[in-house]
Amino acid sequence: MVTEAQVWEALAEIPDPEIPVISVVDLGVVRDVRVEAEHVHVEFTPTFLGCPALEVMRDAMASRIAELGADPEVEVVLDDSWSTDRITPEGREKLRAAGFAPPTPRGEATTLVQLQSNGFRCPYCGSRDTALENIFGPTPCRSLRYCRDCKQPFEQFKTI
Amino acid sequence: MNELLLEIADDELILGWRDSEWTGVAPFLEEDVAFSSIAQNEVGHARALYELAARDLGTTADELAFDREPSEYRCSELVELRLPEWERTIARHVLYEQADAERLEGLKASDDPEIAGLAAKIDREEIYHRLHAEMWDARLRDEPRYVEALEELRPLVGRRNGHTPELSTLWEEMTSVRRSQPAGTAW
Repeated sequence: MVTEAQVWEALAEIPDPEIPVISVVDLGVVRDVRVEAEHVHVEFTPTFLGCPALEVMRDAMASRIAELGADPEVEVVLDDSWSTDRITPEGREKLRAAGFAPPTPRGEATTLVQLQSNGFRCPYCGSRDTALENIFGPTPCRSLRYCRDCKQPFEQFKTI
Repeated sequence: MNELLLEIADDELILGWRDSEWTGVAPFLEEDVAFSSIAQNEVGHARALYELAARDLGTTADELAFDREPSEYRCSELVELRLPEWERTIARHVLYEQADAERLEGLKASDDPEIAGLAAKIDREEIYHRLHAEMWDARLRDEPRYVEALEELRPLVGRRNGHTPELSTLWEEMTSVRRSQPAGTAW
């Protein structure tokens, strides 16, 4: 019989399909794991509702749990419980190392003035002299910014 | 309540479809990315809302999205129009986001925790659509063509009694793959 710790460990090996440097556990989308005999129940919240990685993540989690010899049930919970605040400190560091500026805390209001301000740190050189290039980016969870110091464009994880 | 869920889902699906028409042909690359991303979000919202309604109605999200006749959709005339002019697209975006924000506030206060939770999640994503609309509204505010477009489209925001002929044309495109039942498919 598998334990909850083994399931968490296994899920921590599943990369985010669109930002493979971080795992689904780093991303904070796994909300709960419950083990009852051979049955493993996972609660999972999508980052963005239109995220095409949702099915990929759900299927990857189910097959990884099946590999442990258990019977998986992955429940997708569509509520406001996932926030970018749930990205773990390790996850934030992995994002930064891969050239993504981690999100700001949810508590601060997201306004155009705030996004256009230079409060966002460049993941390459650490400068705060950065400009918003586009609210939207290659996936729903990212914005595009430009560092005026090291002249490097970079992606900012949107605060959700 | 299912009527309201379907109203919002239909608005988001049809608007998402219309927004996606800018993919590849927006005035500049940033807007290509922006409208494609907004379209993806709107269709994602529609799917989640259809799933919630479908469970209660004993059907599926796909059946609600694609197997109804155009006359059965509850979307407003605002989202149905094909708007190949940039200023009219922006005017619709601004008007829609304002109306949608008010409607979501109501839904977030629902007694049903599932509906309130989903509305809250949708609203988080819509913040970025509203900021995008706000940015363009500030840019075009003094442009006469934009002001005219706002006046032209404003009356359509809440018009849900009938449909424009453009919905039928869009419906034909939107459901063509599903209706064709390509070989080997089962849905």
